[in-house]
Amino acid sequence: MNTHLTGSHDGLRDDLALISNWITPGARVLDLGCGDGALLAHLQHTKQVSGYGLEIDPDNLIACVAAGVNGLQLDLDAGLEQFEDKSFDFVIMSSALQEVRRPDQLIDEMLRIGRDSIVTFPNFGHWKPRASLGLRGLMPVSGALPNRWYDTPNIHLCTVRDFEALCRHKRVKIVQRHVVNHAHRSNIGMRTFPNLLGEIALYQLRRDALD
Amino acid sequence: MATSAHTSHSVGLVEPQTLHVAQAMPLDCGKTLKRFDIVYETYGTLNADASNAVLICHALSGNHHAAGYHSEDDAKPGWWDKCIGPGKMIDTDRFCVVSPANLASYNGSTGPSSAHPETGRHYGPDFPVVTVADWVRSQNILRQALGIEQWSAVIGGSLGGMQVMQWAIDFPDRLRHAVVIAAAPKLSAQNIAFNEIARQAIVTDPEFHGGRYYEHDVVPRRGLMLARMLGHITYLSDEAMRAKFGRDLRDGRISYGFDVEFQVESYLRYQGASFVDRFDANTYLLMTKALDYFDPAHEHGGDLAKAFAGATARFLVISFTSDWRFAPERSREIVDSLVDAGKQVSYAEVASDLGHDDFLLTLPHYLNTLRTYLDRVAREIGA
Repeated sequence: MNTHLTGSHDGLRDDLALISNWITPGARVLDLGCGDGALLAHLQHTKQVSGYGLEIDPDNLIACVAAGVNGLQLDLDAGLEQFEDKSFDFVIMSSALQEVRRPDQLIDEMLRIGRDSIVTFPNFGHWKPRASLGLRGLMPVSGALPNRWYDTPNIHLCTVRDFEALCRHKRVKIVQRHVVNHAHRSNIGMRTFPNLLGEIALYQLRRDALD
Repeated sequence: MATSAHTSHSVGLVEPQTLHVAQAMPLDCGKTLKRFDIVYETYGTLNADASNAVLICHALSGNHHAAGYHSEDDAKPGWWDKCIGPGKMIDTDRFCVVSPANLASYNGSTGPSSAHPETGRHYGPDFPVVTVADWVRSQNILRQALGIEQWSAVIGGSLGGMQVMQWAIDFPDRLRHAVVIAAAPKLSAQNIAFNEIARQAIVTDPEFHGGRYYEHDVVPRRGLMLARMLGHITYLSDEAMRAKFGRDLRDGRISYGFDVEFQVESYLRYQGASFVDRFDANTYLLMTKALDYFDPAHEHGGDLAKAFAGATARFLVISFTSDWRFAPERSREIVDSLVDAGKQVSYAEVASDLGHDDFLLTLPHYLNTLRTYLDRVAREIGA
């Protein structure tokens, strides 16, 4: 697992810089919930990738256009059936898994469309959410989970163990995993106890050819 | 009004120009136009290397007069004046906008109301059926005549958006960007059905005279009016009509008769009647046929991605949520095919209320998307 993740990613959000390290040069990339297109713009410049970003928010879509990124204003919950099997090298979904209606189905779609998939999400198994709920009896609010229960877009929060159980159930291969704190730094503690000490989890997934 | 021709946001007074084309042009229908005129307007200044030219493709009832005024007394500016002008969405301070009238249009390029070069009489029903691909070929002749190597962008809404796609397919090297607004990859059966009713309204008008009404010094007013009334229903959303007219009565009470009672009836009659004075029935027939026949995927086994295979332009596709004539799903078909073909494309789905006609206006999301996109185009070419 690559733990030397500080590179030259000037101005790029840290989690996107982490993802960027996993992308091979010249790849064809589909970014689900691409926001302002920062990751794709970065990958276009540094790795000559081609691809598209899906984004539902009009202002973000305009930001994509301004950044010279192919932004498509589409709703992830409306499905991705228009994309052909294995038509992308990487399908990325950064911090959007917990916001979609059926994360399990979307992961199936990602694995169908992409040779590799990259998923990141806030780990609800981190000790802080556990402590907030277990000791204080309050829904957690933290750096990785900044919203309150009533205004959060997160409808399907999960833990590292939950996610890996789903992967096992779906017989999805975890190519690599990386857990970091909300400042996107890792340490030996997080690598040893990812579900307790990792605030954000990043996974590279693949469905083996036999399936 | 007269003063608005001189405001800073208008291109001001404009004069149509005419390109006389003496070379014969073979058409998709098998006939040939031996010679023809292309009437066009330009707004803005062509730069030294002619790299800042933008082509505007018009829709069913449009023509070359897209922006500005023809005289100080003009009550109304060109059909897309809200979007074309200095500092506007399509900025004439940066781009040189070229706006031709299509073959068969009215009051513009050669069409059914023009004089046949051999008989000297109106073409009328003898004017050949023209297709979107024919239009694009004729626009390419205009491009050459203007000394433009490559359009920085080709932009069009509705039927105009279809021409944009055809440009990208037929002349890939001749445009850098393709902006396809409120369009469809082909008409649905429902779309064709509406067109057919419009055509039947015209051809069954007793004053149609098989299309030779010019010689009888009449126009098929009722038919053309009905066609336009029908069209107008499809340009507006149910919601927009409800908001605009509701069930409001013109005289405040029901009169149990068949004269105009509801405001919406009054509106449609007005739209229909005023259209008759500025449009030609044969042109309406031909324009609707061009719409019906458009289907670039057809010669590729119905695979639109294959039709786009050779395209090199970057695309911007825009749809409007309340448009039911060419609904967002139709634009998404275009986008899906472009993605399948691995082309560069961005897609905006603008939340709107009005319907198909929203493409003529300036909803903020629409305006900002197109403005942002064209700003990149301008910087790309140094304009």
